[in-house]
Amino acid sequence: MATSAMHGEDSPYFAGWRAYDEDPYDSITNPKGVIQMGLAENQVSFDLLEDYLKEHPEASDFGVGFRENALFQDYHGMKSFRKAMASFMETIRGGKAKFDPDHIVLTAGATAANELLTFIIADPGDALLVPTPYYPGFDRDLRWRTGVNIVPVRCDSANGFRLTAGALQAAYDVAVAAGTRVRGVLITNPSNPLGVTIDRAVLADAIEFVARNDLHLISDEIYSGSVFAAPDLVSVAELATAAAEHEQRVHVVYSLSKDMGLPGFRVGVVYSLNDAVVSAARRMSSFTLVSSQTQRTLAAMLADEAFAAAYVRSNRERLRDRHAHVVAALRRRAGVECLRGGNAGLFVWVDMRWLLVGDGEAATVEGELRLWRRVVEEARVNISPGSSCHCDEPGWFRVCFANMSMETLDVALERLSCFVPTGANTSRIQSGYII
Amino acid sequence: MVSQVVAAADEKPQQQLLLSKKAGCNSHGQDSSYFLGWQEYEKNPFDLVSNPSGIIQMGLAENQLSFDLLEDWLEKNPHALGLRQEGNSGASVFRDLALFQDYHGLPAFKNALARFMSEQRGHRVVFEPSNIVLTAGATSANEALMFCLADQGDAFLIPTPYYPGFDRDLKWRTGAEIVPVHCSSADGFRVTRAALDDAYRRAQRQRLRVKGVLITNPSNPLGTTVPRADLEMIVGFVAANKGIHLISDEIYAGTAFSDEFVSALEIVAELDNPTDVSDRVHVVYSLSKDLGLPGFRVGAIYSSNAGVVSAATKMSSFGLVSSQTQYLLAALLGDKEFTKGYVAENKRRIKERHDQLVEGLREMGIGCLGSNAGLFCWVDMGHLMRSRSFAGEMELWKKVVFEVGLNISPGSSCHCREPGWFRVCFANMSAKTLDVAMERLRSFVESSSNVTRRAAAAAAVLPARSISCPLAIKWALRLTPSTADRKAER
Repeated sequence: MATSAMHGEDSPYFAGWRAYDEDPYDSITNPKGVIQMGLAENQVSFDLLEDYLKEHPEASDFGVGFRENALFQDYHGMKSFRKAMASFMETIRGGKAKFDPDHIVLTAGATAANELLTFIIADPGDALLVPTPYYPGFDRDLRWRTGVNIVPVRCDSANGFRLTAGALQAAYDVAVAAGTRVRGVLITNPSNPLGVTIDRAVLADAIEFVARNDLHLISDEIYSGSVFAAPDLVSVAELATAAAEHEQRVHVVYSLSKDMGLPGFRVGVVYSLNDAVVSAARRMSSFTLVSSQTQRTLAAMLADEAFAAAYVRSNRERLRDRHAHVVAALRRRAGVECLRGGNAGLFVWVDMRWLLVGDGEAATVEGELRLWRRVVEEARVNISPGSSCHCDEPGWFRVCFANMSMETLDVALERLSCFVPTGANTSRIQSGYII
Repeated sequence: MVSQVVAAADEKPQQQLLLSKKAGCNSHGQDSSYFLGWQEYEKNPFDLVSNPSGIIQMGLAENQLSFDLLEDWLEKNPHALGLRQEGNSGASVFRDLALFQDYHGLPAFKNALARFMSEQRGHRVVFEPSNIVLTAGATSANEALMFCLADQGDAFLIPTPYYPGFDRDLKWRTGAEIVPVHCSSADGFRVTRAALDDAYRRAQRQRLRVKGVLITNPSNPLGTTVPRADLEMIVGFVAANKGIHLISDEIYAGTAFSDEFVSALEIVAELDNPTDVSDRVHVVYSLSKDLGLPGFRVGAIYSSNAGVVSAATKMSSFGLVSSQTQYLLAALLGDKEFTKGYVAENKRRIKERHDQLVEGLREMGIGCLGSNAGLFCWVDMGHLMRSRSFAGEMELWKKVVFEVGLNISPGSSCHCREPGWFRVCFANMSAKTLDVAMERLRSFVESSSNVTRRAAAAAAVLPARSISCPLAIKWALRLTPSTADRKAER
């Protein structure tokens, strides 16, 4: 296992990171360096957290509770922290779903949560169905140590990459034909890399599909707090309780890495109403517990309901503004369109297909990678090629916008607009591809 | 294809949704005796003031002896809690930490940890920070190492008795197997070459491919450092078998209070040709025992095998250490004056508490394996059993939990082959509480000896390892009459 390449780190997704690591942009010390737009981090709301910590020293200091905290390694997780997480998750969903703290299992990040759930619902050789395009890390998180396979559920731009019951069935049939036992479906809602929430109707279809085939449904809602425009997030947690007989098969993954910008603190959640899943997950979380010091700090912060609600509101507004700015700039200055309906996440899903084709040429993955290398080398911007997300149509790219200052973002947008070729071809080709 | 079909609308759909084999598996070490003891303690936990007749927890290997030293340091170093400071780059420390999820770990922390580990071994080994992989506790480190070194169905040889958690940590999700290396009281539970060879043969007979040996040094549950000669033998065994590794779990390194602790890495460094084996010897460490910080989830794998470090580093994505905690500990362990003082004082207190337990037990005719480390003693209560069997051990254990009110760990839960041994922890309570525990046990022993005269007939024989045994011990260490006569217990 150690020697296999299943860790996935040979893909362009990681190669782009390397280009950045070797020559990172800095507005003062390295203004010609590569600007990182391949990293879905949220840096837009740190000041809110910093202010909170300044005003509430008791959140970071131990006070008299040091030894008790240092000893706390109970895999149930701190009750106060689970309550705070439940409350935060409810706030994000506008109270439309309730979360029971005793059904929350804590893990060191969503990376661990997804792997853990895969260990629990599938045996080696089994498969999970995952709609494309999807987060490149899943290839490692769901498959590497678990021995479980991913069968892609093909989605394409004809309907805005929306997941359909037909696509689910087609993927399922492919698996069955190959003699592979499907154990579940994993969706990301809001989607990474698409940056859109999943429709209520699609979710209902997915739940109906898993119920009919006796499967599990994992909904990775790591970006749930970043929904900044209509339609509101519909969480499976909301739907599952409404259709109570399905709640045993629906599991939610969450994390504070994106909404709160705290990837370093390693806070992930597995949420399920299935007692057997919760019980197994708790025991497995022994391998990936959250530091009690961190649980304590965040319990204080998130239990402050006024703060949490204000944070969620502000964070959304700032992301909305950034998103609008990026979409407009890309359209106006670079002539590239973002996926219509983008309303969430820390990135836009950009249609650069028309940049791939010359006269009579078809868009290919090779062409996409050539374009990507040119964007990195010439525009000095790292973006993520759609092929690294298993997108079936070459030419789509994920471009992150929340991991840098506004100034840097504008520099990046300027570079992209200079990079795009001007000339007579552009308007003709564009018209064939705008959705 | 899963056969269950969703019930029709008018039926109540109550089928248990099928989970993986691993999810349903019970071999994760939470055996019933351990659980039962815990349950009883949870229902009725001892408190000196509010519940003096409650159950005293002696089954938990925690180090609560030196928190005051850490608390003092924290008071003097509030910056280590870090979240309100200005960092070097002008950005707040908080912001940098919040974003820091690099699986290579915080450099300041790895540097401090490397230095700390070197200091623990008297600088006879030098740890390179780049060979350290950080994980969320030793639990995570051990599992990750197994994923790196063993495939499904491969086996590791582990001397008995061993930490019950290994059954879960090493086997559960990895699919690896454990083949026990039988150690007996006749040898003071030391690992012998014969026992290693025997285990290796047994593995082969079971068609298991042996991938390595795992030792815990200092040992849990024995509380002994592995003698240099034994380490040389084990390293030699691994060196001679090209396909196998040695994992040395040194989580208790800082609890060795007699300065006899020798790390596996020292033995490797002393070899004529260290490179023959240096990329097959790996150390696991953690701050859970030495510093008493199990809640902070700080573990480490140390290896000079680049392939192992590379794979383990990527795997650590599934169990990274919180950057907030790395930052705090970088400051703590980086304070050389503090660590020097802490290490010495912590050892002194552990020894003091150890001696209190050993003396107390000796006075009531109960012997321990001579020990020089750990947060527990390996106690021989065989003479108090009504029958020389594991059934007898269970019966005695239940009496000790329910009647005496002490939750201790029966040797069978540690895969000990001889009934009658118990692991008794001493570092997770105050000296007063330990006194209470001793008093209760004394009463129990006195009432037991009125019932059975067997203890009086025991031959007093010292175990083979006498270096760590206190001199002039008059306790009767009852050994099994003849190992050859013993039948394997149920």
